[in-house]
Amino acid sequence: MAIQDSRQDSRIERNPEATARPAGPSTRDLARHRPQGPTGGEGLAKAIGWFSIGLGLAAVAAPRGMARTIGVPGGSDDRDVMLAVGLREIVSGLGVLSRDRPAGWMWARVGGDAMDLTLLAAAMASEHADRNRLAGALAAVAGITALDILCAQRLESEGIAAGAAEAAQSPRSRSRRAARREEDRPHRYAVQVRRVITINRPREEIYAFWRDLRNLPRFMSHLEAVETIDDRRSHWRATGPGGTSVAWDAEITEDRPNELLAWRSMPGADVDNAGWVRFEAAPGGRGTVVRVDLHYTPPAGRVGAMVAKLFGRSPDQEVQEDLRKLKQVMETGEVTKSDATFGRLRHPGQPPTRAEIEAHG
Amino acid sequence: MRANCWMGKNDVRVVDVPDPKILNPHDAIVRITSTAICGSDLHLYNGFIPTMEKGDILGHEFMGEVVEVGREVRKLKVGDRVVVPFPIACGKCLSCESHLFSVCENSNPNAWMAEKLWGYSPAGIFGYSHMLGGYAGGQAEYARVPYADVGPIKVPDGMSDEQALFLSDIFPTGYMGADNCNIKPGDTIAVWGCGPVGQFAIRSAFMLGAERVIAIDRFAYRLRMAEEAGAETLDYEEVDVHDALKEMTGGRGPDGCIDAVGMEAHGLGLAGAYDRAKQALSLETDRTFALRQAIMNCRNGGTVSVIGVYGGFIDKFPMGSVVNRSLTIKAGQAHVQHYMPILMERIQKGEIDPSFCVTHTMRLEDAPKGYDIFLNKQDECMKVVLKT
Ligand SMILES: NC(=O)c1ccc[n+]([C@@H]2O[C@H](COP(=O)([O-])OP(=O)(O)OC[C@H]3O[C@@H](n4cnc5c(N)ncnc54)[C@H](O)[C@@H]3O)[C@@H](O)[C@H]2O)c1
Ligand SMILES: [Zn+2]
Ligand SMILES: [Zn+2]
Repeated sequence: MAIQDSRQDSRIERNPEATARPAGPSTRDLARHRPQGPTGGEGLAKAIGWFSIGLGLAAVAAPRGMARTIGVPGGSDDRDVMLAVGLREIVSGLGVLSRDRPAGWMWARVGGDAMDLTLLAAAMASEHADRNRLAGALAAVAGITALDILCAQRLESEGIAAGAAEAAQSPRSRSRRAARREEDRPHRYAVQVRRVITINRPREEIYAFWRDLRNLPRFMSHLEAVETIDDRRSHWRATGPGGTSVAWDAEITEDRPNELLAWRSMPGADVDNAGWVRFEAAPGGRGTVVRVDLHYTPPAGRVGAMVAKLFGRSPDQEVQEDLRKLKQVMETGEVTKSDATFGRLRHPGQPPTRAEIEAHG
Repeated sequence: MRANCWMGKNDVRVVDVPDPKILNPHDAIVRITSTAICGSDLHLYNGFIPTMEKGDILGHEFMGEVVEVGREVRKLKVGDRVVVPFPIACGKCLSCESHLFSVCENSNPNAWMAEKLWGYSPAGIFGYSHMLGGYAGGQAEYARVPYADVGPIKVPDGMSDEQALFLSDIFPTGYMGADNCNIKPGDTIAVWGCGPVGQFAIRSAFMLGAERVIAIDRFAYRLRMAEEAGAETLDYEEVDVHDALKEMTGGRGPDGCIDAVGMEAHGLGLAGAYDRAKQALSLETDRTFALRQAIMNCRNGGTVSVIGVYGGFIDKFPMGSVVNRSLTIKAGQAHVQHYMPILMERIQKGEIDPSFCVTHTMRLEDAPKGYDIFLNKQDECMKVVLKT
């Protein structure tokens, strides 16, 4: 029999423990949140919005360079086209970011992508062009187009779902719900991230690993070290923006063994932050669902957070990558490494040198 | 060491690169004795798989001798002769525990890239783009093999490299293609594509009890090799595939249809021109001529088994035919680790000698030439094996 079938057979029996999910604030406030981050259309739209602006700025600031990067010679015609493309990117990026429901702007982006594809295809035909680079740019734009379409569709369906839910409620309950949503949002912090992963290990094991805070740097890439001061207090050191070093003391604010752990930085921290992690038995005995919430204000405050978003990986993605590493460590005992893991930017798929391995640490 | 690297579209070169080292406690280093070029490598060579970088070492079908092991490796030891599966799998995640090794949840450190294109990420693969991990491949003198206790299996003394090598990919792939058709006695199976993968699918379909296998391609020498295995053959340039299959199956259509062609299908007529144009303009990433045919020709309630590789998005997909005629579509990169022991046993019992497909044996240094003749089907090329 084919193996896909055998998987279903062997996984179908239910674990009675699985339905006994922990109660508490965690599960309730989850239901109140709208989808966030790249799994929801809005998070994706935001990312595309920022990407758009970044791309647009680059095209406007250095049209010739940009033209050459994608493989056209960069003469004055090409420069003008790049300027136009750049301005369009900025406008659509701002549009996507500024709207509550950016679906319309996302569809505008799809139109813009079609224009890029046409321009690139035309450039392909020109004899001065570097076809390899152009092909790369074409593939990239085609990829972006696919993303844009996906995002526009998601936003539309989210809009429909949200609208339907809203319409089904009385105006009073609607405003109460809005008020509650406001309360949920701790305005104290510039960055709020919520991510989830399922790990094929028992709750007790993952809780115990996390509860020993000294383990955190094994999977949180920006952490250098965590030292425990006593049972509740600890000292954290991390790499900040631009390779700076930041440090703070933190205390555990809630500790429910095998269920939940919450912590917060103490007054005077370089990085004001709070976080909690919840451990739930996954249905069907399929391991543990780990949900993480992280709130923080980076050293340069809100502006810093925006700059970090523009030029680095998004905080959502950072946390997702950290959770992936946690899963790797818990399930396999090591953090997965490929040849591409080494080197400053992207390393080709060939073995790193000793020096590169050492630099990576 | 020397390694065959991707330097751009239709440009591979054998160059000096650093030797691999143990990076994790479950790693092993293998000194490669034989390595092959796969139809999947041609998709990279032709530039259809995104996220390749200049300098990426190619190759995912390889075997050799263990020369170093990490401190957590238990089953393998230095000196063992092993063949290595192409998907990298941890053995511990839920997918691996369910034997869906090619969708291992831990082996792709660049999972976020694959998630952008596909929603979720499959396993990492040796030498197969950064989206699938950014791992150095096996067309080289040495390779680092992660999770060494999970993937590689030992090759018994007396079995030649050529007999064991294809356990790394194309034998399990062809076998999974047939296995996914859920073959019952009396079934007729049609196979699109008589390349190495198609050849193993044909032989596996017979092993799993098919009464008839109909093989479709346009290269006479490939069709001949299919006939040698007992298949009836169709040259799709000579006959109308739909009419011919209908005629041969008493008007019902084959019970199972295997697509062993993939995203660079050669197409005829208007549909073929349409796919070519759209792919060239990047408006469609994959050409689907063979897949469409496999769907349209399958009998009502039958299974379409897709082992040819597709990368992105396709157009003019006959979904109506799938739904209204109750077809089942099964697909996947092969779960090689699942099939390896089963197929090793079949080889040992003498049920098949996988070396039948080798037409060209060359030195690793000649890899660029190997790619060229395999791509262009020159010199009746079926499978190229490179020796270090
Ligand atoms: N799923 C997996 O795990 C897996 C593993 C290995 C290879 N593959 C894929 O299998 C496919 C075949 O691999 P291969 O090594 O045999 O490659 P190949 O290029 O040697 O074979 C492809 C064959 O398909 C034939 N073909 C092309 N268009 C056709 C059409 N319209 N109708 C019928 N036949 C047609 C070609 O003439 C050729 O003989 C590739 O897509 C490869 O990527 C998948
Ligand atoms: Zn292959
Ligand atoms: Zn796994």
